[in-house]
Amino acid sequence: MAGKALLDIKGVETYYGNIRALNGVDVSVDEGEIVALIGANGAGKSTLMMTIFGTPRARSGSIVFNGTDITQMPTHEIARLRIAQSPEGRRIFPRMTVMENLQMGASLDNLKYYDEDVEKVFHLFPRLKERIGQRGGTLSGGEQQMLSIGRALMARPKLLLLDEPSLGLAPLIVKQIFDAIRELNRTQGLTVFLVEQNAFGALKLATRGYVMVNGNVTMSGSGAELLANPEIRAAYLEGGRH
Amino acid sequence: MSLQTSTQPTSPVQQALREALIAGVVSFGLFFFFIGLKTDQNIRNELVLVTRWGLLTTVVVLTMIVRFLYVAYAVPFLARQKIADAVTGLLPDSTGTKFFRVPFFIGSLALAAVLIVFGSAIVAWTGPNIGAYVTLIRAFAIIYAVAAVMFYGRAFIGRNFASIGIVSLILYPILVVVILALLAWSNGSANITSAAFQGSLKWVDNFGIQILIYVMLAWGLNIVVGLAGLLDLGYVAFYAVGAYSYALLGTHFGLSFWILLPMAGILAAFWGVMLGFPVLRLRGDYLAIVTLAFGEIIRLVLINWREVTNGSAGISGVPKVSFFGWFTFNVSDPNYISKVFDIPQSGAYYKIFLYYLILALALLTAFVTIRLRRMPVGRAWEALREDEIACRSLGINTTSTKLTAFAIGAMFGGFAGSFFAARQGFVSPESFVFLESAIILAIVVLGGMGSLVGIAIAALVMVGGTEALREMEFLKSFFGQDFTPELYRMLLFGMAMVVVMLWKPRGFASSREPTAFLRERKAVSGSFTKEGHG
Repeated sequence: MAGKALLDIKGVETYYGNIRALNGVDVSVDEGEIVALIGANGAGKSTLMMTIFGTPRARSGSIVFNGTDITQMPTHEIARLRIAQSPEGRRIFPRMTVMENLQMGASLDNLKYYDEDVEKVFHLFPRLKERIGQRGGTLSGGEQQMLSIGRALMARPKLLLLDEPSLGLAPLIVKQIFDAIRELNRTQGLTVFLVEQNAFGALKLATRGYVMVNGNVTMSGSGAELLANPEIRAAYLEGGRH
Repeated sequence: MSLQTSTQPTSPVQQALREALIAGVVSFGLFFFFIGLKTDQNIRNELVLVTRWGLLTTVVVLTMIVRFLYVAYAVPFLARQKIADAVTGLLPDSTGTKFFRVPFFIGSLALAAVLIVFGSAIVAWTGPNIGAYVTLIRAFAIIYAVAAVMFYGRAFIGRNFASIGIVSLILYPILVVVILALLAWSNGSANITSAAFQGSLKWVDNFGIQILIYVMLAWGLNIVVGLAGLLDLGYVAFYAVGAYSYALLGTHFGLSFWILLPMAGILAAFWGVMLGFPVLRLRGDYLAIVTLAFGEIIRLVLINWREVTNGSAGISGVPKVSFFGWFTFNVSDPNYISKVFDIPQSGAYYKIFLYYLILALALLTAFVTIRLRRMPVGRAWEALREDEIACRSLGINTTSTKLTAFAIGAMFGGFAGSFFAARQGFVSPESFVFLESAIILAIVVLGGMGSLVGIAIAALVMVGGTEALREMEFLKSFFGQDFTPELYRMLLFGMAMVVVMLWKPRGFASSREPTAFLRERKAVSGSFTKEGHG
């Protein structure tokens, strides 16, 4: 555990109406780490992701980012603290071009660093440069995921939240994307908090990992530890590994 | 193909006959009550049933003929011509060159010229009934000639569409007056100038100004609906706010149009924000219902708040616009235009002036829309239309983004409203019914949401088409003397909508223009950095 906690989630409970989705979750992400959150469908992983961004809001508990309590902050102000997100289902702007999508990512600084940052994104994902004038909706799934991450990076984030970046993608593309995340972390020291169903890939990539079951964090440890854990192997890796 | 060998192959004509029969039966069933029967009041105020079998027969037979021609000839023809001209989007070259030939073009020009010069003589000789056909043939000849010119110059027009459009809009009143002067001269009229100006009233006012008002309203609504994706069914409310602002402040305080125009815009924008606040969380159909209600509330307030708005009777005597105080268009004023320039009196000067005014206002709307789309706020609108959650997680304040869209859209509605009040000289709640909102929205949707050119074309077709119905006197010889074509404008509107939605489901101009290009990235992004957004 190097550095101080950049994101500190304590006892967060989130409800959809009367249904409790998160049941007092404690997660912390330190600066410079890649932290993976794994779990089955409906465990509450994406809910935690969205709760960090304030939609839905945590009913109790606290979320502190970089010393600021963001539990009750409006979503766009949370984003302005330099937390960027590649949301579940990518959510790129389908009728806007790749370039316009990237510009939207850079709106926090009014495109001040646009030229510089867009080159970095193209260096990371050369495929996007070929597609620059194409509309987002016409990209392939992998390219859309790259665009979604690229758009998040344009905001110069301190913390990057990735919700299932491997969803519905071919293994080769998943590898490319995971490699890109690793490179970002290594070369720029970017802190990444990753939600994944692809437990094997995610834990191999991550410094630390959390396991979530039914709205509770049941286990945590370093990526290697969790990978070696027989319970996790049984629940998420064997049989589930494609 | 092999599946069909067992059945007897039918020729298109056979099939067309069968389909025509079916169409006849269907249209008979549809129109029996609508057209065949009509309730009326007789002299003793009793309700009587009037039968209109002749009209019903005409409609049914026409339907059958059209269906027959469509299935027998048009469908095979279209199937042969399936490959459209991909570059221009116009007719395929082969069809076009068959249809537009130089001899035909010269012939149509000659025919138009002959009918223009001798038109009145022919009408005087044949009587008004056949004379109506003369006008129709003349119109067709002119349309053919213009279409031929457009066909031959299609590459050039495609390249410079916007500038050609603006130039022809600027020249339009001048052309109308010159052509009418030529007509008056050919008719041997005594006072050519006054006849030309008087005749231009219809073309400049009913067509030009009317269409441009709708173009401007649709462009204004386009900001809300087309760019920000907020379905607004109550846009006419802002039009009403603008009109009443000018009418009330102008009549009570005698303020000039040039002061009240921006004020009307600001007031309308204020109401836009007022509407925006409660509906911030709504989207799509829910938003549509609330905005619809808002439009009705404004109209009902205008009807019922008699002390201020004079209720349904409306406000009359709304002051005219002056030419920046230099000269006016009131005959009694000392600086009336014909006194200043020493020219004969005519109401047409005011209409021509108003034409240029609304043209300027519409172009301002377009200019602002184009500029805003390339600025952070415009991009935020479009992103909001695409995905609100993604927008928020990128740090965009969706509240203020929505409110600016409502406010700026409403502002242009307010400008158009105050212009409307100045043009009519009279405002009443009747001008601001839901149907107006529906028409404006229909124009935006038909034009292709977000596309300025598409919307302008849609307004031209929809509003111009319904106005043109008034000119179709020859239809009376088909449907009988008591047939009033303009009553069918909503039918035309509906039919046009169905046809456009079948052929171009995303509107006339369905492709969205990107706002950023790689080759001019430096220039574009340089201009972005100056604009704040929050």
